[in-house]
Amino acid sequence: MKEIPHGEWRFWYAQHKGTLLAAALFAVMFVIYVSNHPAGFTPNVVQTASNKAALLAFVAMAQCFVVITAGIDLSVGMILILCNCLASWLVVGTPFETALGVVAVLLTGLACGTLNGLIIIFGRLQPIVTTIATSAIFFGLALVLRPTPGGAVNETLADAFTSKLFGVFPASLVVLAATLLVCWIPFSRSILGRAAYAAGSAENAAYMSGMPIKRAKFAAYALAGLMSAIGGLYLTFFSYTGEAAFASGNAYTLYSIAAVVLGGVSLAGGKGGAVGAVFGALAFRTIGDLLFVFDLDPLWQPLFQGVVLMLAISIGCMGLARVRNRLEWFQ
Amino acid sequence: MSEDASLMQRSGIPAHLRRVDPAVAIAFGCILLLLLGGSIYSSNFLSPDYLLQQLKVASFLGVIATGMMMVILIGQIDLSVPWVVAAGAMMACAATAYGSVGSFFAIPFGILCGAVIGGVNGLAVAYLRIPSMIITLATNAVVQGLMVVYTGGFAPQDAASPAMRFLATGYVIPPIPNGVLVWLVVGLLAVFLLVRTTFGRSLYAIGNRERAAYMSGIDTRRITLLAFVISGGLGALGGVLLAGYASKASQSMGDAYLLPSIAAVVLGGTHVLGGKGSYLGTVAGVILITLLQSILSVMQIEEAGRQLVYGVVIICMLLLYGRQKLS
Repeated sequence: MKEIPHGEWRFWYAQHKGTLLAAALFAVMFVIYVSNHPAGFTPNVVQTASNKAALLAFVAMAQCFVVITAGIDLSVGMILILCNCLASWLVVGTPFETALGVVAVLLTGLACGTLNGLIIIFGRLQPIVTTIATSAIFFGLALVLRPTPGGAVNETLADAFTSKLFGVFPASLVVLAATLLVCWIPFSRSILGRAAYAAGSAENAAYMSGMPIKRAKFAAYALAGLMSAIGGLYLTFFSYTGEAAFASGNAYTLYSIAAVVLGGVSLAGGKGGAVGAVFGALAFRTIGDLLFVFDLDPLWQPLFQGVVLMLAISIGCMGLARVRNRLEWFQ
Repeated sequence: MSEDASLMQRSGIPAHLRRVDPAVAIAFGCILLLLLGGSIYSSNFLSPDYLLQQLKVASFLGVIATGMMMVILIGQIDLSVPWVVAAGAMMACAATAYGSVGSFFAIPFGILCGAVIGGVNGLAVAYLRIPSMIITLATNAVVQGLMVVYTGGFAPQDAASPAMRFLATGYVIPPIPNGVLVWLVVGLLAVFLLVRTTFGRSLYAIGNRERAAYMSGIDTRRITLLAFVISGGLGALGGVLLAGYASKASQSMGDAYLLPSIAAVVLGGTHVLGGKGSYLGTVAGVILITLLQSILSVMQIEEAGRQLVYGVVIICMLLLYGRQKLS
């Protein structure tokens, strides 16, 4: 391998600082968690932790795709709920039927994301309002599918995706890594991905230099739908049921933003990556687990998570302390 | 200062009369269409009783949307509405538990709690310059956590005080419900603030270009903070009214008000990125949304269908006139 000159390291570090910080934060928290866990560092503990975190990680990845274009998708949680309800109908029966069901669920997620993209990019509406409105539509569809909680899932498949590979590696982490490899890496290295970053950091300049901004943003929203669908599929694998729960859909949306922020992805766009978002999600989930390990009242969990989220956001804004001229506030 | 305001007034009013905002006109047109469509379904839709009942229900949303409008005008958004509404209602009910003094202070205490939450939002947005969408989501989570601890730690008082019930369901002037009067007062104050004070003009200025507003000597941070405090206080007032209407407070009572309050403001022609919009439009948006909800429920369409229609209608109306200019 070619030796990287001194200066290149600094660029690489500056580019990945957020991701590295998120990974470090997660590592520290996970070590605290595991060392206080009654069962200790065993494959089972890791499996449970990774299964719980995977759900959020997929949604965070979805949010990340959109956030790097300086947009926001407040419907990721509802796409997840819709796909969960759909999967509880379709992902059952013979292996062939199950496979068809999985494909149908993923395509539904992609369609939801495409709808968002179409309205936002070609309808020229604001992402916030649009995705709040489409999330009402997605939740309505979920309610049509599952007015009451219920349904089933192919349990062999569900167990395979939530168990351990070779008795050691949690399958959910493997799927997560595979998704990063198959979806995120090619996207971020492609022209579309570059254009997505460019749109997030300086849209006018990117437009002037002829980058395919519209297509990039559109792809980002569509892929976000697909990622949320994988999350929904995983939710079904864990719960074996489908449920149109308004509160949990909202919570996933909120936590996806928290995870993205923790993962060093700038909400102003153009900065950070899905790897950071995934680490952010893992870290955010570990916060909740820490309470459990330290035997605190579960009632305090929402408050604790909220406060951590708030602190993370405030620390993320420390750049303000470096502003020399008050006019730099407005940039 | 007053000279500035009156100058703006003199040049503002004729211009306002010359061109009626198409968004407001479309919104009022849609209200008429809804009423006509509803009257074909059932003749009750045009009866004064039904319309007054609709206005009463609309008043809760109207009060909340007034606060949301202040925030949207400066180009921010307040996503902490669900739990501000719930916290206002729960804290007002909690105060009721402390005897007659508590009952007396229940309504101001509820509003104060909302204003404090709004103050936290405002400080973070104005002085730390955190994007409002993010920090208000976080305060929403924190307030939710606080309320969960509060209700889980010990059994809360959840009955509304007589004054709250009177405010939401009573009648001072017989045919007109008190809720509507509250909305009227809030609305008149809002109009006064928006068109007659430097505060209102500053909101528009910040929404148009914050940097320019700052350069022209407006204390943009203080105005932003105030806008969020107003939004929090009015959200809580909406919660107090709702608790009075249902005569108790409950956990998820605010969830149903986030989308409608934003939608009402935006459908009424206020630009989502700030700087443009009139209170008349917000009134139209609130009535439009309340009527839509009411007609869907009278037609006995399930919750699922209501959510669907709701999302589709909002997107269609936005596509009609809320589109951004081609750059």
